[in-house]
Amino acid sequence: MKALILVGGYGTRLRPLTLTVPKPLVEFCNKPILLHQVEALVKAGVRHVILAVSYMSELLEREMRAQEQRLGIKISLSHEKEPLGTAGPLALARELLTDNEEPFFVLNSDVICDFPFDDMLRFHQQQGREGTIVVTKVEEPSKYGVVVYEGDTGRIHRFVEKPQVFVSNKINAGMYIFSPAMLRRIQLRPTSIEKEIFPVMAEEGHLYAMELQGFWMDIGQPKDFLTGMCMYLQSVRQQAPERLRSGPGFLGNVLVDPTAVIGENCTIGPNVTIGAGVVLEDGVRVKRCTVLKGAHIRSHSWLESCIVGWSSSVGQWVRMENVTVLGEDVIVNDELYINGANVLPHKSIADSVPEPRIIM
Amino acid sequence: MLKAVILIGGPQKGTRFRPLSFEVPKPLFPVAGVPMLQHHIEACSKLPNMKEILLIGFYQPNEEINRFLSCAQQDFKISIRYLQEYAALGTGGGIYHFRDQILSGSPEAFFVMNADVCSEFPLPEMLDFQKEHGDAYSFVILGTTANRKQSLNYGCIVENEQTDEVLHYVEKPSTFVSDIINCGIYLFTPEIFQHIGTVFQKNQQDMLLEEQSNGWHRAEVIRLEQDIFTALAGQGKLYVYKTDRFWSQIKSAGSAIYASRLYLNQYHTTHPERLATNREGGPKTRGNVYIHPTANIDPTAVLGPNVSIGTGVTIGAGVRVRESIILHGATLQDHSCVLNSIVGWGSTIGKWARVEGTPSDPNPNDPYAKIDSETLFRDGKLTPSITILGCNVNIPSEVIILNSIVLPHKDLNRSFKNQIIL
Repeated sequence: MKALILVGGYGTRLRPLTLTVPKPLVEFCNKPILLHQVEALVKAGVRHVILAVSYMSELLEREMRAQEQRLGIKISLSHEKEPLGTAGPLALARELLTDNEEPFFVLNSDVICDFPFDDMLRFHQQQGREGTIVVTKVEEPSKYGVVVYEGDTGRIHRFVEKPQVFVSNKINAGMYIFSPAMLRRIQLRPTSIEKEIFPVMAEEGHLYAMELQGFWMDIGQPKDFLTGMCMYLQSVRQQAPERLRSGPGFLGNVLVDPTAVIGENCTIGPNVTIGAGVVLEDGVRVKRCTVLKGAHIRSHSWLESCIVGWSSSVGQWVRMENVTVLGEDVIVNDELYINGANVLPHKSIADSVPEPRIIM
Repeated sequence: MLKAVILIGGPQKGTRFRPLSFEVPKPLFPVAGVPMLQHHIEACSKLPNMKEILLIGFYQPNEEINRFLSCAQQDFKISIRYLQEYAALGTGGGIYHFRDQILSGSPEAFFVMNADVCSEFPLPEMLDFQKEHGDAYSFVILGTTANRKQSLNYGCIVENEQTDEVLHYVEKPSTFVSDIINCGIYLFTPEIFQHIGTVFQKNQQDMLLEEQSNGWHRAEVIRLEQDIFTALAGQGKLYVYKTDRFWSQIKSAGSAIYASRLYLNQYHTTHPERLATNREGGPKTRGNVYIHPTANIDPTAVLGPNVSIGTGVTIGAGVRVRESIILHGATLQDHSCVLNSIVGWGSTIGKWARVEGTPSDPNPNDPYAKIDSETLFRDGKLTPSITILGCNVNIPSEVIILNSIVLPHKDLNRSFKNQIIL
């Protein structure tokens, strides 16, 4: 079986992290975002993954070669040279997707959840129609595209983009499974799948909704990245608690790479991910943070709701909070207060940032 | 024979020092580890002919003042008395009211100083200067240089460059007059009382014309600066001794931290035993730090520069304190961080908490810049300043208290920034 992952372009909403590394390769809970999806696809029987990218990255290509070897599957890159919208990339990859009659998956690359690919295949085959969309229940549906469908059959009636009044609390979770026949509907030009393709399919009775159980998050921006991390770690707690770190000094769900070094009298957690080779010195308190590979947090500092970029160094007695994101190789001097700063790579911070802002 | 008079004010004065002044009279607030007044008294007692120090103010006699007086008398072996004004009589009215006490024993001269100044106290130099200038009855004002803009906040002195005579004196002018400012430290001879007396008589006559019932009281309110110096300027009686040694006013809590820095630095020559050193089993110190012997400090703490730790203070592991005053009995728990703040008596700061203020120090690149007396609010917002925790304030773990003032006996439960918390 095949899958198409809509990777897109520069990942600007996840800057400054994506200034160093293409978004699919940013580690989410110590594994590249893309790999969470690809590994789940492989488990469901996918042997060929196509990445639809609008910006070609050598780093991504190299990494994909390595994963091909490791997972024993084929990974192709489909590069759109001009913007094709949300449906166009499918047309671009038409040849790759239609070499047999099996249905294929399409995913938005920012989505994290307990991937229900087996359930999706089963549901789609049962319906026997051209398309199945996974939907998920959210608290604030008007931020997204809302799906209106029949509760018992799943047949989709219509979509409403960012509704002003309450229509439904189910939104498009960014995961689909299609029959190859569906591709005849899409031409190779900039096309919106939500606005142009789905409404027609829905009208013809060819579009069904499958409700996702469990957590879901679009981790395309730092605030949601951290919220998604909390959800994912909770799911790990339920399914594979031995992966999490426990003991004195650890609170709640904490994921620590075996090569990380943690000093004395630290209190880590809840909801913390510590990457490979990270050093936390004595007396550090970290809550609700992702600390990426090679970062160094010096003694007595206090961090809450932050993303610390690769190889960054946070000084002693620093206080960082409120979705502060440090890019790669950022240095924060001792004794500073950093509140909601978004810091670009290779920057040294010598003064406190008492109110949220971007540091170039 | 010499005397000294220190004007210590009263509760209605020094309101910019709240909430710290709710607990202790401002002149007794510790600066560089010892009460503000003690620096004045130490300087006076070094003069061989100093026979008595009189404190004049309108605080009601209270435990702290009495205790301070008896300790000071014992330590310095000199007569120190508190003369309480019946009402706020001004910088001139107070000394005039107690002139008999001041003149008893017939001193040739006496110093008059404001309690809320921080200075190197060049008293011997002022005495020598007085002998060389004018006649046996001339008066000396200690002056220093300020920058043009800031001079408007002080008493401005125009001097004759050759004779050092004060030609003109204006208190807080609205336009630039001179960059030589009044330090609030004077050397007078008994003749000063004739001049004050003249002003007093004149006031009395004015009062009679107005038929006010509290005329006597109002006649006695005399300000040295506006009423005496302004009149004496240009009469060949008033001289200015200029110093370039350290000097600062202590009007606000922020200036107490700045004054601490100046005095702690002076300790290298005057009281090296008061400066903490890096020793085995003790905390790491950077720059000048004062630690009272009864304080209990974890060796992994890092203190300084410019830190004063009071009696019985407890400081936990990995604590960082910089540019701050920690008052008696306070507790700083593990990994907390205190920067540019004053932590009140008996207060507690929780683990990993951050208590931080914004210094209002004078521009270090300008040798004549003085500390600003900032207004509390600017454009409707609280001006960022030193964070002050009143007495018995409890700060929970892991929060930040930034640029805020917390009144005494308050238990906080979350972070605060740029606020006054009642």
